[in-house]
Amino acid sequence: MAANPKADPVGAGCESREEYRLIGTAFRRVDGRAKVTGQTQFADDLNFPRMAYVKLVRSTVPHARIRNIDLSAAEAMDGVLGTLVGTELPDKFGILPVSEDEHALAVDTVRFVGDPVAAVAAVSEDIAHEAALAVRVEYELLPTISNFNEALKTPEPQMHDYADDGNIHKKVSLKFGAVEEGFEEADVILEDTCYFEGNTHLAMEQHSAVSVPEDEGRVTVYSSTQTPHYVHRALTKVLGLPASRIRVVACSNGGGFGGKSDPFNHEMVVAKLALKLGRPCKVTLTREEVFYCHRGRHPVLMHLKTGFTKDGSITSQHLRTALDGGAFGSYGVASTYYTGALQTTTYRIPNYWFEGARAFTNKPPCGPKRGHGTPQPRFAFEVHLDKAAHHLGIDPAELRLRNLQPPDSVTANWLRIGSIELGECIEAVVRGSGWKERYGKLPEGRGLGLACGAYLCGAGLPIYWNHMPQSGVQIKLDRSGCVAVFCGETEIGQGSDSVLAAIVAEILGIELEDIRLCVGDTDLTPVDLGSYSSRVTMMVGHAAMQAAERARDTIARAVAAQLEVSEAELVFADRRVFPAGDPDRGLDFNAAVVAAEARFGTLGTTGSYIPPRAPGRYRGAGVGPSPTYSYSAAVVEVEVDPQTGVYDCRHVWMAHDIGQAINPVLALGQIEGSIYMGLGEAMMEEQVFRRLPKRLSSALVHKMPSLLEYKSPGFHDMPGMTSYMIESRDDRAPMGAKEVGQGPLLPIMPAVVNAIFDAVGVRVDQVPATPELILKALEARAKGRPARVGPARFPRVDYGTPVEVPTPDQGGDGRARHDPKHRSRSVRAASGTMKDREDALKERRSATLTTA
Amino acid sequence: MLRLPPLDFRSPSSLREVLDLLDGRGPNGSSDSGASPGNGGGPGGANGIGGVRLVAGGTDLWPNMKRRHQQAGTVVSLMGIDELRGIGEAPQDLEIGSTVTLTALLRSDAVRSRYPGFARAVAAISSPPLRNMGTLGGNLCVDTRCTYYNQTEEWRRSIDYCMKEQGTICWVATNSPRCWAHSASDAAPMLCALGARVRLISSGGEREIPLTDLYRDDGIEYLGMRPGEILTRVIVPADSSREHCRSAFWKLRRRGSIDFSVLSVAVALWMDDRNVVDRAAVYLGAVGSSPVRVSDAEDLLVGKELTEDLIAAVAHRARKDATPMSNTDFVPAWRGKMAEHYTHAALCDAAGLPVRRQAPRHGLTVV
Repeated sequence: MAANPKADPVGAGCESREEYRLIGTAFRRVDGRAKVTGQTQFADDLNFPRMAYVKLVRSTVPHARIRNIDLSAAEAMDGVLGTLVGTELPDKFGILPVSEDEHALAVDTVRFVGDPVAAVAAVSEDIAHEAALAVRVEYELLPTISNFNEALKTPEPQMHDYADDGNIHKKVSLKFGAVEEGFEEADVILEDTCYFEGNTHLAMEQHSAVSVPEDEGRVTVYSSTQTPHYVHRALTKVLGLPASRIRVVACSNGGGFGGKSDPFNHEMVVAKLALKLGRPCKVTLTREEVFYCHRGRHPVLMHLKTGFTKDGSITSQHLRTALDGGAFGSYGVASTYYTGALQTTTYRIPNYWFEGARAFTNKPPCGPKRGHGTPQPRFAFEVHLDKAAHHLGIDPAELRLRNLQPPDSVTANWLRIGSIELGECIEAVVRGSGWKERYGKLPEGRGLGLACGAYLCGAGLPIYWNHMPQSGVQIKLDRSGCVAVFCGETEIGQGSDSVLAAIVAEILGIELEDIRLCVGDTDLTPVDLGSYSSRVTMMVGHAAMQAAERARDTIARAVAAQLEVSEAELVFADRRVFPAGDPDRGLDFNAAVVAAEARFGTLGTTGSYIPPRAPGRYRGAGVGPSPTYSYSAAVVEVEVDPQTGVYDCRHVWMAHDIGQAINPVLALGQIEGSIYMGLGEAMMEEQVFRRLPKRLSSALVHKMPSLLEYKSPGFHDMPGMTSYMIESRDDRAPMGAKEVGQGPLLPIMPAVVNAIFDAVGVRVDQVPATPELILKALEARAKGRPARVGPARFPRVDYGTPVEVPTPDQGGDGRARHDPKHRSRSVRAASGTMKDREDALKERRSATLTTA
Repeated sequence: MLRLPPLDFRSPSSLREVLDLLDGRGPNGSSDSGASPGNGGGPGGANGIGGVRLVAGGTDLWPNMKRRHQQAGTVVSLMGIDELRGIGEAPQDLEIGSTVTLTALLRSDAVRSRYPGFARAVAAISSPPLRNMGTLGGNLCVDTRCTYYNQTEEWRRSIDYCMKEQGTICWVATNSPRCWAHSASDAAPMLCALGARVRLISSGGEREIPLTDLYRDDGIEYLGMRPGEILTRVIVPADSSREHCRSAFWKLRRRGSIDFSVLSVAVALWMDDRNVVDRAAVYLGAVGSSPVRVSDAEDLLVGKELTEDLIAAVAHRARKDATPMSNTDFVPAWRGKMAEHYTHAALCDAAGLPVRRQAPRHGLTVV
């Protein structure tokens, strides 16, 4: 892989991995000692004098108008300091500007069991708990919707008036290329209907937030959040205060996985109560409440139709998805697009039609969970390919290798693919698992399954439209020798602090302990959009490199002058700055900083990053682009008891195209964690709901909102794991490093059901693949029926008129056909500089003027 | 986190004091907290008299009280009482104090070497940290469970409660006059199969009954203890020990640890030298409100040589006797089928015949 062309000759931008001193080594994570010794302060560890404890009162009915909220019993209790209801916070918020549909506390309507209605603050958690139980709410019940099909059949009453169609929140239809002609060219057309059940993040730390009122009507909110910047924006809106009066500090998260990426009710409530009561306020959710916050994996029903030639090439694909979104928008519009957007990143699909729809239902809102919207269609696709391989008589690994998307290409839906080592990944797991010798040849009951996946290295666009950097880093250096690094990034356990510190240390030639981090603080640190979409290493990494290189250049100028050598000769390493040819002549790093501070005054540098502009210009093209993509392949071995359907995963081989591991041990943690989470989704996890008989009850409740009854594997359910990191630096990524936090999850679920097929010859077209489903398929086969379990049919959905977009192969320019809005714009090369962005913005303005 | 309601906690050091507290005669002994009497909570769980409850390890009672489906104004700990401790050494019947922890049982040579099936059942309970706290008496008296019941106060409000607590309807079977909460003890079916007895004491005196008589087939009144009684000791007969009896315990659950049973099978076989069955007992756990005796298992087995066909016949009977309901993990129909497969496997296991089926990981390897 070529070196970064813009790299400075002094230190970074190295040609080969050996040139890195720290990057690529298993250095100890910078927050490791504090975490294992209990020194890390998570949000719930914070305590302030006079702090009040807050508890939310949540709806006990699934859909209703609020008739009355009786707070009198709660307010009369000793130790209760105050209460809050929705009318005191009338402004709505929501993560996406297109779906700001949440109230901090329900104003007139509740939409699911668990929807917050009121809050109580008390001198102790015990009293707050008792007071919350004493609040009585009278409801006028409304009809309820429990799944996508019911939403389709129940357009009225609308849960939200901004929905695209009745209770269908969002509809998408994007058609790339000549889809019908593609099917006509096919020798074989396969169709599958698959289902992916919803599941939740299950981070060990429950959400918690602490607010502290300050002088001048200011308030600080400490929170377990992945996205302090977005929480800051939501608080500004809901509290009606200028952003400058609100400070949000992201505490270390005890896991996030996407479950702490939305601004939440409890954050709004404690901020308001701190201002109202003039006291610090803390809220820590119970595990049950975390299930109600949810924002987890959407349940998705999918229909996939693909044309293949005899040799296995894909000619065309039509994917339809139906998402059960829950009661609010959350990230749902993006989730809907993501159920189609990344389908084209792994294998060449010349013609592609994606239709997706998301329904509102009276359940906790779904949103982004590790892989955000992508694992569901990836599951369908990889199961579908396994069937195609059998149908065509081609080995499943070989079929995938034949269809690989080429590197440095643009897909049918206008995603620019960077480096792609998926072939290497497949070959690694094929070798490791003994695939060629063992696949299809193991004794009855044992089997191997293979599947692949791809994921973003950071979403190309921010959540709200703007042209500012998506990540910023400031570095302060002074005579102490300490290098202070400021960045809005958020450590959620994935190691982002370590990545930030290591990149700066690498470039300045210093040690990790020379660096002091200040992160995730909206008052003190430059904006970073947060820990989501696998964006941190890519975007924070780029910004950190730029800031560190600027600091290095400043120091180099001062040292060069002092030593009377050229800047280009200087090397930063071992806490020294010295001419490459004469190491003894140099200065130690501290003296070098003193020289620079003396010469230039107070030292500080900044760095920032905006992803390159993607080539797609159609409506919806904003979801899917990324600076580059990571790739993974997995083989899973299972053992199935054909009499019970009970099965066990025996071993997982996982290869991940990581570009460059910043720290291989942390990267391995992400891979193994993904395997664990993937096995949970494949085998048992389900966020499911229960309606009681309608003649007796209107209840629609979460079936098992507890850690005991929401089944997720434990340590000793884990199989053996063999992981391969395919390192091939991608020059779009900082130091060549691609993401590893989400991608390796994707192949697990399809690989498990593909392995079940190899073991006992039945298809399980849905996850979780439970023993009873496997047994049902085996029994069906024994009775001469198809050896398959899964959804029977896909509903009839009106997705609207497709937006037709010519593909690159068709000579398209990234725009939709007949799109007047874009007609006057010229095609621009993808570019990531601020100047290009500004030009683009100007151009858009003039285009708007022209058409107006 | 979930919070306990305000309560009066007592930790007496003698049985006398406990009995006085249960009878409302303890120091400041108020029994007017208005908590509803119910079952569970320590080896005397049935004594929720006037808001007094007993607690041993607390692994069941405390979470239940936090969720507010068990209530008490006063909670009396049994852990300070010497008379309830200890595992007997005698070569005869094995006597076990009701507050002996599950971990202590697993460490006992007498239990491990003489009662392997029992040891397996204990090892299958929950997880190591909970076994460190949980006691044998607590496990035998553990509250029956149901997914409509083991939920928080707020959740239960949202279904208007259920028959077992505050409500009127059993949501598992809405026309049912009874509660279908299922027995959740792993020790119970095994000790029933082994013919264990339990000793109960109250201010009115002491009695010893077969363990099977401790249970009632009702999700609410699942224990047949009299008001004011405490379970003090468990007696496992000498003729159920390994020299005389072959035992096996199989447990079905989603994961290899922590989970309660969705089905368990306990088998005890007394066989002569010619592989002919003299006596037999087969009990199922978690598929009824009490341990379920497989009817006619004795009739089918006694006097016969243990063959494949015979095992299949008993296993088939087990499926008929199991009444799995939609009140726990996994779908009932599948659990019913599993009753047959698991009984088959457990019988083969006890008989020393090869078990062809793959067991899911049960975490039983510790024994």
